Amino acid sequence: MMLRLAIRTAVALALGVLALAPAARAADTVDPAADKAAFQKFFTDKFPKLKLEDFVNGPYSMNEDLHRQWEEKEQFPPYEFSLEAGKEMFSKPFKNGKTYADCFPNQGIGIRQNYPYFDETEGKVITLELALNRCREANGEAPFSYVRDDMAALTAYMAFTSRGKLMDIKIPNDPRALEAYQKGKEYFYTRRGQLNFSCATCHIQSPGERIRAEVLAPALGILNAMPIYRSEWSGMGTTSRRFTTCNSQIRGVPLNPQDDEYRNLEYYLSYVSNGLPISGPGARP
Amino acid sequence: MAGPAQAQSVAEGQKLAFERSKGNCLTCHVIKGGDLPGTIGPELSGLKAKYSRDELIAIVSDETKRNPQTVMPPFGRNRILTEKEISAVVDFLQTL
Repeated sequence: MMLRLAIRTAVALALGVLALAPAARAADTVDPAADKAAFQKFFTDKFPKLKLEDFVNGPYSMNEDLHRQWEEKEQFPPYEFSLEAGKEMFSKPFKNGKTYADCFPNQGIGIRQNYPYFDETEGKVITLELALNRCREANGEAPFSYVRDDMAALTAYMAFTSRGKLMDIKIPNDPRALEAYQKGKEYFYTRRGQLNFSCATCHIQSPGERIRAEVLAPALGILNAMPIYRSEWSGMGTTSRRFTTCNSQIRGVPLNPQDDEYRNLEYYLSYVSNGLPISGPGARP
Repeated sequence: MAGPAQAQSVAEGQKLAFERSKGNCLTCHVIKGGDLPGTIGPELSGLKAKYSRDELIAIVSDETKRNPQTVMPPFGRNRILTEKEISAVVDFLQTL
């Protein structure tokens, strides 16, 4: 008995080491382009029936029943109220007479696919949510909560004007940008919380599988659909809300929205979804 | 352990396996008698023939020792369940 267990353990460990070996080697040289190709190939191999752009529909892309549900939902999208509110907020001037449009390239229209970007002056990743609050503060307005409806509404409108544009995250030739990317990747694959899950445990190892009645979304294209209306939340959620609730659900301690770790994570996860269309705002079960 | 004490432990184990806050085995595994099971792990049936009691305790306590890539949370190592609770869950698993 003990012998059998010992042999099985040895085999499992050997397999584990083999499985981990390529990742360990890859960590020596940071190669985002190779990562992106391997990441996307993993999903298209796992779901050969899906086209690359289908992945932005999350669990609704995973099978035909769910896809039908999604089509029905899109007839009367549950995010519509948020989108309307966001459009109004976006065009309404601040007290100083300026608007959000003054803070962004192309007046903020059709630019969602370029966020997050690496700011070489600051040496940090700037997300759309962060840029929106900086815009407010630069114009004398109080920042919005990153996890609540106002931020969801604004990002919903900005995503909507960018629908169909392909995610286009750039990593400039700056060692700090590469480091931010690599840190985001490490965060994504690191296990944490009492349940010992990494982001990858659910969204790489188990997409399309059910946890109770819920279907796990693929990591590929997951941010292209943000912000999302979630039936489970009975409301809208930003990328910040998604990250913090994930951390709570695995019984970990969430970081503060827009902490460096989350910004780096968003940078990594968006980069490996380059080439997939923006589909936000989205709706999820 | 036999008789009423054993039956009580099996019932306690089933409760832990089906409820969301503690064991929550049903979230990932099909288990006879459980509604809306998940699909991440293998169906839990015929376990007595496949594993010894010690092996089952080891798997529930920390399956990452056997399979570092496993999705399964380490219920013992991370104190999600107590030793007594793991023992009850295993009593239940051995009836499947």
